[in-house]
Parts: sequence; structure tokens; C-alpha cells
Amino acid sequence: MTDTTATAPQVRKIPAPAINNESKPFWEAAKEGRFLIKRCVACNEPHWYPRVLCPFCFGETKWEESPGEGVIYTYSVMHRTPTGPYAIGYVTLNEGPAVLTNFVDCDLSALKIGQKVKVKFQETEGGPPVPVFSPV
Amino acid sequence: MSIKGKAYIGGVFEHPIRLATDQSTAQLHAECAKGALEDAGLTKDDIDGYFCAGDAPGFGAMSMADYMGLKLRHMDSTETGGSSYVLHVGHAAEAIAAGKCSVALITLAGRPRSMRPGGGGGGRPGAAPSDVPEAGFESIYGGSTHNTYGMCAMRHMYEYGTTSEQLAWIKVAASHHAQWNEHAMLRDVVTVEDVLNSPLIADPLHRLDCCVVSDGGGAVIVVSPEIAKSLKRPLVKVIGSAEAPKGPNGGRNLDLTFSGAAWTGPPAFAEAGITPQDIKYASIYDSFTITVLMQLEDLGFCKKGEGGKFVADGNLISGVGKLPFNTDGGGLCNNHPTNRGGITKVIEAVRQLRGEAHPKVQVPGCDLALAHGTGGSLGTRHGAATLIMERE
Repeated sequence: MTDTTATAPQVRKIPAPAINNESKPFWEAAKEGRFLIKRCVACNEPHWYPRVLCPFCFGETKWEESPGEGVIYTYSVMHRTPTGPYAIGYVTLNEGPAVLTNFVDCDLSALKIGQKVKVKFQETEGGPPVPVFSPV
Repeated sequence: MSIKGKAYIGGVFEHPIRLATDQSTAQLHAECAKGALEDAGLTKDDIDGYFCAGDAPGFGAMSMADYMGLKLRHMDSTETGGSSYVLHVGHAAEAIAAGKCSVALITLAGRPRSMRPGGGGGGRPGAAPSDVPEAGFESIYGGSTHNTYGMCAMRHMYEYGTTSEQLAWIKVAASHHAQWNEHAMLRDVVTVEDVLNSPLIADPLHRLDCCVVSDGGGAVIVVSPEIAKSLKRPLVKVIGSAEAPKGPNGGRNLDLTFSGAAWTGPPAFAEAGITPQDIKYASIYDSFTITVLMQLEDLGFCKKGEGGKFVADGNLISGVGKLPFNTDGGGLCNNHPTNRGGITKVIEAVRQLRGEAHPKVQVPGCDLALAHGTGGSLGTRHGAATLIMERE
């Protein structure tokens, strides 16, 4: 768990994620600090965000734990916000899928496309922690 | 079956209001409908098809149909954000071609400017309902239109060397047009430096890369060929349309440097039997400058990656450049009613084809025009719609 309050006086609070029956296992694992993705048992393709049926072939999918490593595909730092700047972007995981996320615990002005990042979990307002990424 | 020549634009109306503190949303829809009927020379009882999207208050098309007292035999509330109304023209043409209606009304209206709390912030409030499939994995990250379009601009710059100066030219061109529009929210002509010196909102987009937030609305009436020819209006014929959604596709091979226009442009041009080089005027959805640049590339007005060069040096300014665009000032300067610019894109294209645009921006001999919409978010999922029209 990351202590975000230690690094910046004002940090955008992340709301509790909406959870449904399909996504529940992901969030149970997130509480244990484990980052899960889904992979199709028929075509073997991983995908994001997790679905019960593969978005590429409609095959059955299974959860697998990912080290959550990848590179920044793109990002944008939001400046016009009451809680201070924050960075949103996509990470291309080493497994392949691109994941929408926030970049945290880093100098936002130094973010670069292609930069290596790794997942960590950040607390939310009353929900399970959510995956965010930091440069390695 | 093709819709080419099966339907015409009978009437259009853009509400002049930009701040509607004393009106209701339903009222604005009805005022727009009335304005378009008057423009066409039709009456309310002539309407037998109605099209609306998520901005229409109530339950699909039903609430507004009842509010306006419409007796219908066809309705369609396809929702693709700001592109909905471009798409609706294509759907209306299909319905008319199939004999399902003969006078189709499309309305858009809303009051985001007068209704927004505090007037600030781009973030969407709270988390979406839990059964929106992507909600739990996306809405938590503070995605807004600004920063999700910013992500597209950032990647486009990385891959193709596109610059903020080039993006700024799009705003400069829009401002040159808006100076002649008495209803435009921003009528001052701006320079590239003005855009670059405006505050950074979401990297790499500055405030002047963003469209306005306005109340207001518009309406379009699509009619059968027989009815079109009975009206005392210039004949504007629908000759091509196409639509497509684009999303992150399970995260596989994510490519934010192109939009759904890459999938809707080619079939729309094929249906119309023309090429991008034949287009005399283009209404290009301009929620942000980057939106315009990517759509121009994707529609084939220039090669992929060369949009920056294409838009520079006034190439989009009427009377100056090769492709006059958004001669009403567009969403960037004139109006982006209820955060959905699709209907104003259709309306200005119709004005150009009729020869009814402002004389300072009217394209001489404008016989072929395109309107393209991008609704939703370019950085996550969006609906694309292309419409091609011809002056007969």
C-alpha cells in the first residue's frame, strides 16, 4: 500500500471503483496486492479490462497474476484541477494489453512515452485499492 | 441498398442562444424544431420521424415526442455522443429510403453552461454505475475529455512529430471564421502565439485548444426527394454516410493516433462516388484541435501523420487555404451546444451548400460538402459518423 500523503500535500483522491459480479475476483486480489489480468483459454490472448468471454474470440477466459510491468504508451498531466496535477495514461503491459491508469509517486514533468513502469496499488475512498503505476 | 439521393436536407436551425439560464432543455429542443420547420417551410404535422440522442430529456425519443406533440411512425434514439446527429442524418435517409417516414426531425439541445455546478473542472462526477462494463477500471482515474484527448495528442506528437504550433493553427482558422458570426462565443481573431500562451489544461492541450462550453441546440429536417422538390429551398442531397464505434479493443494493439473516421470515411466516399479531393467545404468535429487534425488525416484529406503540415499556415481558412472548415467558427469558437457539436457540423455544411454562409466565409461554388462527428472520447471509446452532401 502506498502512502500518498507523504509525498504531496494535495493528491487527487481516487473514488471507490464500481464493482460487479464479473470484476469481483480482480478486486479481491487487489486487496492482497495482486494484479490480475484475463487470458483466453481458447485463443490464449490476454486482454484488458477483464471480461468473462474473450473480446477477440468469445472463448472462456481465466485469471492470471501479472507482475504488472510495462511501458508508458501515452499520458497527459491534468493541470486544471482543484486537487493538484495528476497524470492519466495508458501502460502497455509486457503481456500485451494496454491499461488505462494513473502515474504516481514520480515527477510528473519527467514522464516519457516508452518509460518502464510497474504496478502498485493505491488506496481509494472506501473501496479496494486500485492499480496505478510508477516508473521503475 | 444505398442511401445516395434517397433523402434531402429540408430545413436546418441553430439556436442563437449560448447561455440559457431562463429556459428548460425540452423548450430548447422544441424551439430548435420550430426553427427548422420554418426554415423548411413545413409544419409540425408533417413530421412522421423523430431522432434524438442522450441530450433529449426523458425516456429515449418518447418524452420529447410527447412534449412536442409529434405523431410518429418512426423513431430512433441512437446515442453516440456528439456524433449522434451526423449519424442520425444517415439513419433518417435509410428510414426514408425504406419508406418508414418522409419528414424526419433531428433535435439537439442542452444547458451545460448554465447548469454546471461551480463552472469548473473537467472530471466526470463520481463513479459510473457498476454495470457499465469499463467503469470500475477507468472512471477512477480522473479521465475527462481534456486529458483523454490530451493522451491522443501526446502520442500523435510522439509518432509523427506533430507540434503545438501546428495544432494552434486549427484554432487560428476557426477564429478567423468566428469573427464574422454574430452569435459566436469567441469572436476575437487569435494567433498561434495566443494559443500557445493560453494556460495548459491537460498536456499538451492549452485552453485555446479546447472548444467552448455553451448552452443551445439545433435541429435538422431530412425529407424524401418528393417533399424536398416541393419546398422553396435550395436542394441539398444526402449522397453518402457511414458510422462506426472505436474503443481500446481489449487493450490489444492500442492505437490512439487514429479515430473511427478511418473506418467511416472510405465507405462514405465510396457511397457518394467521390474522393476527399472533391470536397469544397468540410465540417470537422472540433471538440479539441487534435480532434480536427486526426479526423482530417483519417478521412483522407492528407496522409496519416501529415495533418500538422496540412493545417498549418491557414490551410483551413476560407478564402486562404485549400480546405475551408467550420466556417461558423465551429465548436472551438462559435458553439458546442450541450457539449455535442454534431448538429452544428451538419447545419454549417448545409448553409455552405445553399450559399447561405456568411459572405466573408462562403465557399464559391460549394457543391460538395462533408460533415464528420466524433462523439464520446477519442482516448477511450467514441462513435464516428461521416456524412456527405451535394448541392443539386
